Amino acid sequence: MSGLFVTDEQVAHARALAREITEPIFELIGRNTTVSVERTVLRWFGVDGVGNLGAPLVNLMVDRLQAAGVLNRGAAFWYGRALRMGATSPLDAVERLTAAPLERLAPLSHEDEAKLRDEVRAEARAAVDELKARVAKREALKREFPMPPAPHKYVIVATGNIFDDLDQARAAAQAGADVIAVIRSTAQSLLDYVPQGATTEGFGGTYATQENFRIMREALDDESEKLGRYVQLTNYSSGLCMSEIAFMAAYERLDMLLNDAMYGILFRDINLRRTFIDQYFSRRICALAGIIINTGEDNYITTADAYDAAHTVIASQFINERFALRAGLKDEQLGLGHSYEIDPHRPETLLLELSQAMLVRRCFPAAPLKYMPPTKHKETDIFFSHVYDSMAHLVAMWTRQGIQLLGMMTEAMHTPLLADRYEALKAASYVHRAARGIDQEFTVKEDGLVANRARFVFGKALELLEECRADGMVAAIGRGRFGDVKRSETGGKGLDGVVEKASDYFNPFLDLMEGRA
Amino acid sequence: MADKQLIRAYGDRRDDGVLQVSFTLPVALSEKAKEAAQLYCTKLGLTEVKVAAAEKAAQHYTFFVVYAKSPVVIDYAAIDTPEIVIKKRGFAELNKEIEEEIGRKVIVLGACTGTDTHTVGIDAILNMKGFAGDYGLERYPWFETYNLGSQVPNAELIRKAKEKSADAILVSQVVTQRDVHKDNSRQFIEEAKKQGVHGKMTLLLGGPRVDHKLALELGFDAGFGPGTKPSDVANFVVHQVLQRLGKEAKGTHYEGEPV
Repeated sequence: MSGLFVTDEQVAHARALAREITEPIFELIGRNTTVSVERTVLRWFGVDGVGNLGAPLVNLMVDRLQAAGVLNRGAAFWYGRALRMGATSPLDAVERLTAAPLERLAPLSHEDEAKLRDEVRAEARAAVDELKARVAKREALKREFPMPPAPHKYVIVATGNIFDDLDQARAAAQAGADVIAVIRSTAQSLLDYVPQGATTEGFGGTYATQENFRIMREALDDESEKLGRYVQLTNYSSGLCMSEIAFMAAYERLDMLLNDAMYGILFRDINLRRTFIDQYFSRRICALAGIIINTGEDNYITTADAYDAAHTVIASQFINERFALRAGLKDEQLGLGHSYEIDPHRPETLLLELSQAMLVRRCFPAAPLKYMPPTKHKETDIFFSHVYDSMAHLVAMWTRQGIQLLGMMTEAMHTPLLADRYEALKAASYVHRAARGIDQEFTVKEDGLVANRARFVFGKALELLEECRADGMVAAIGRGRFGDVKRSETGGKGLDGVVEKASDYFNPFLDLMEGRA
Repeated sequence: MADKQLIRAYGDRRDDGVLQVSFTLPVALSEKAKEAAQLYCTKLGLTEVKVAAAEKAAQHYTFFVVYAKSPVVIDYAAIDTPEIVIKKRGFAELNKEIEEEIGRKVIVLGACTGTDTHTVGIDAILNMKGFAGDYGLERYPWFETYNLGSQVPNAELIRKAKEKSADAILVSQVVTQRDVHKDNSRQFIEEAKKQGVHGKMTLLLGGPRVDHKLALELGFDAGFGPGTKPSDVANFVVHQVLQRLGKEAKGTHYEGEPV
């Protein structure tokens, strides 16, 4: 077993701090909605497809509502209004709403409005049930084709063309991959709409679209059946459309999503308010759909130094955990991210990395955790890189990581070749097989380097959490406490998509997911 | 012209010409697949081909590791590379040189421009921490460094560089799918010409698929590829500034410069 390092009271104290720190953010979340949350609502009602210039219908409708200054009542209300105007389909509803003079519509009678809400609520309930039925299908597949024990070996495909991705994903599954991540086209996170249909052109990855999700999941269902073991699929619920993508992924039965409470703020310069509001709704959907989220703390130590910034990872994990639990996620859905990133030219890095991974395991015993490979210090000597990655395999097994993204020997050169994944999977399988049980065999010296380092890092994480409580999350982010990146509350992209809710704001999905209806 | 110096790849004996090659063929593992690998290598001009490993990478893909010999010989003496004149300066030495010879801080701006979101490269060169034990430019007291991060429009980077009267601009390009790095780099140079900084500031291109030759072709002053240390970039920039100030002959070469 890894050591305890710190007392249960200290860990509980960190959790209590995270709760206090995030509380004011939940006031912000409760007061506001965003264009992307409202688009998600419409998608959930079945509004799909694009207008004649290629813009998604949900964007056309939400933009129209926002321009008319009435989005603050919720897209669900206006959807219901269109139904009462005689709309016969979601598409028809959009057409009616975009044509109607919304600003000048007479208010409904109290009775009509109540009726409208009942109708829309009933439709939302049916839509939620449909989603649950699809999720149940995934759970049945998982039971039929059991997954191997953790760490689940996670590899990426990134061709830019969904059909090429299929070949690569099938090959990776055959070579032993347990999780396939389809890397997104670069900068998709900054698009304020989700592209439509199957895509064959992307930069550094493939666009996340609902159709691409469907195609890939279908291929992996087929592969799972052939291999007799379930192969998981993941994508990115991040950026300006994080909640829309969470819904699409849930609907298409994805198993995991990259989903971080702060990543967009720090690393994509997306507005802070926008991100916090969007992440909450996206996480509600993940909670409902049994999706495992992967958080992005590993990114902090690609911008800041892994040795010096180790405590920021721990502090952020407590915060991410709090945001997640508050959105209804369970511990077993928390793939809290961390990584093996200390400069390999330093001494004792195996011990230091082991210490950090053990500390994360200690603080979050029931979470699967997501372990990331070294990338920052990767050089182009592939033979050295392969050995370097193997150290992470050992630490992953030793600290019982649930999900391990495998390093690629050609990291820092190009997107992985088919053979790179094969070699990574072969090496990881070997080390996992060889070292299984190692955590039960060795105890950590109570006063050794590993334990003392863990205590030191935890102590600094507590200090940072204390600082965040004293000054507030927003101020802490403004001072660059996470990932060495400084962001302001009103800076970044997407603030104009934040809308303060009216007193009669209506979102039946949120009501259902929060257990109010 | 120097005497010829004929060389071949070195395995464990001079002139044995031993190469190691690995590749994947899109066929299932079989005896026939191994023959195919053998034939493929023969067609590459290799001799004494030994297929050391043939692995089932997936149902319809086989991965090969091959050892073989190549009869190719090259004349090392005929390769034209600039003569090394100056020794690369260390951290303290370079700072001292800036202080004494330039007398003010050297100003450097860097960013990943265009749609590129990958700051790994620019961070390794600019951030305090540096890379592989080699300090980043931020650590040099005689450098004033601005790392603007990712997805910075080319025009904005150049505008900010003008504002700060920068000596050098570092453009990092990591994503290379469909040559997006080349298109974006070309656009950067066009913009630099438009804003009148081309030929005045030192313009550097860096990234995993960048080399010096490509950077020069695109109109940069230098290109830095994989394995570049921050000190390589620091030295290059200082030499460029010295040359612009007329304190060093144009075209002076030094150890470790990009070639």
